[in-house]
Amino acid sequence: MPGSIPGWQYECDGMTVDVQLTDLGSRAAPRQGRRLRAFLRNPTFIAGAVILGFFVFLALFADWICPGDPQDMVAQPVLWPGQDMQFPLGTDSLGRDVLSNLVHGARASLLVGVAAASIGLAIGMVVGAVAGFFGGRVDALLMRLVELFQTTPTFLLVVVIVAIREPSLSTIALAIGLASWPTVARLVRAQFRSLREADFVMAARSLGYSSTRIIVQEILPNALPPVIVAASVMIANAILTEAGLSFLNMRDANVVSWGGMIGDGRDLLRTAWFLTALPGAAIALAVLSLNLVGDGLNEILNPRNEP
Amino acid sequence: MSLLAVEGLSVHFPGHAAVRAASFAIAPGETLALVGESGCGKSVTAFSVMRLLPANARVASGRILFDGRDLLAASPAEMRDIRGKQISLIQQEPMTSLNPVLSIGVQIVEVLRRHERLSRRAARTRAVELLDLVRIPDAHRRIDDHPHNLSGGMRQRVMIAMAVACGPKLLIADEPTTALDVTTQAQVLDLLDDLRHRLGMAVLLITHDLGVVAQWADRIAVMYAGRIVEQADIRPFFAAPLHPYSRGLLGARVDVDSDEHYLSDRLTEIPGSVGSAAGEAGCPFAPRCPLVVADCRRALPPLVTHGARAVACPRVDV
Repeated sequence: MPGSIPGWQYECDGMTVDVQLTDLGSRAAPRQGRRLRAFLRNPTFIAGAVILGFFVFLALFADWICPGDPQDMVAQPVLWPGQDMQFPLGTDSLGRDVLSNLVHGARASLLVGVAAASIGLAIGMVVGAVAGFFGGRVDALLMRLVELFQTTPTFLLVVVIVAIREPSLSTIALAIGLASWPTVARLVRAQFRSLREADFVMAARSLGYSSTRIIVQEILPNALPPVIVAASVMIANAILTEAGLSFLNMRDANVVSWGGMIGDGRDLLRTAWFLTALPGAAIALAVLSLNLVGDGLNEILNPRNEP
Repeated sequence: MSLLAVEGLSVHFPGHAAVRAASFAIAPGETLALVGESGCGKSVTAFSVMRLLPANARVASGRILFDGRDLLAASPAEMRDIRGKQISLIQQEPMTSLNPVLSIGVQIVEVLRRHERLSRRAARTRAVELLDLVRIPDAHRRIDDHPHNLSGGMRQRVMIAMAVACGPKLLIADEPTTALDVTTQAQVLDLLDDLRHRLGMAVLLITHDLGVVAQWADRIAVMYAGRIVEQADIRPFFAAPLHPYSRGLLGARVDVDSDEHYLSDRLTEIPGSVGSAAGEAGCPFAPRCPLVVADCRRALPPLVTHGARAVACPRVDV
């Protein structure tokens, strides 16, 4: 039978009987254990997690790996990498240890990334959940607001917010978070719009649960997988935005960050290019690892990819 | 006094009326089967009782009296207290009616804590008892299983456990066994019947399976195109259905005792299709009715009560 559901046919008393394969219990096998194994078997996720784990390790143990203030002038300026083994990655124009700066910079960069993504996720999830669940006028109003934010270039919006306030680490994180929530809102809204029609939501209503409770306890956990994937990419984008801001000198001067190092190295770009290249490579690696983790999570958490 | 009395209920969707002036009543502890073809308004009637209609549906008229109070006039908060506590619902699809990310124990415990204000520990003990009650083997171990670990029949039992957890007075079962295979179907219906007697609750059983009705219901209400066309106790109904539509339904059944077989004979059918009777003045069944006369197309025949039976057809004698 062309165009029918895949199945098979057999002959019975001279009649052709179609047997339709229905998907009733195909997900009945234990999923928890399989999901754990899926994590371990996914090379993309493993590669991303290893690189990311390395940076997290640097950030956590920065004071132990490179003790002392990274902003201290410790040697002669512009030592090239390998020139003096006491400073294996050289020194910058003020004689500061590049290795120490890189290690301590991981802390600020990851911190800004995670904080900005958290702020963006929090706003985006609330807006998306409310819009998607209630629909109607609330949805229309909130979506117009989202569109308003989306028509403004993200980076410009961040620059404006940081320019209004002092460029401290928290302001930068807040600004990036405020500029990045619309993506999450749209994603969560789409999830809620399909999930609010699910049978288990009707079941929850029929048991007397309130809307708030249905949103938080019934729908949200089911809407999370794509949000988790988006979160890793958001952290990566926040790190890049922070680097861009630092390059434009909108940075917290008291804190070492990779973006700040690129900004400092700008003046010596032609003579001592390693001052920009090294933190640039760190940023590229960190962003790559977060994207790999995101891709891996997408493959693992997407129910359509389940065997 | 009846536990639930639906009086002249009409539910409109944009462009058509799903339920028109439906009236029926359920006594405490009784099972009423609401029977009809797909799209005749059975489920909409049931969801109106729970006040869980889709956003574009509107109750145009009628009253729904539950324990003497009008549910259509209750506030949303009052309705939430009634749902799951006084009136429970079992849906058609056990495969998708449980939240896939929560264990069944958590889901049952939440219902108990919502309505009974039990402590977590007491609720869990009660949840194990409930799983035992719905005959899930090894209840104390299965309580931490997630829905995907359970078969369709087991999931429907869990749904039943959640529905009866707070001792409702009325259980609405919307085609509870349609998605299950035949042997499981009988077990689930037996379980429902047993629970009804033990917990003393009334059941509104929505189905299109007359075999299920004959075996498990006390009374039957037949719906056609949004109207109730006949109401009767089970025995007299199956002995002698009155409305031409009910007769057509029973005539279209195949049973083991007759020699009729779909391979050898053409099955009996009701000619025509439901179609949309919206806007037509007369009896909605008139275009398909073997007893139709000119009067049937002019005025809507009212549901006339004769003792325990009621029928909406002037052409039949009681």
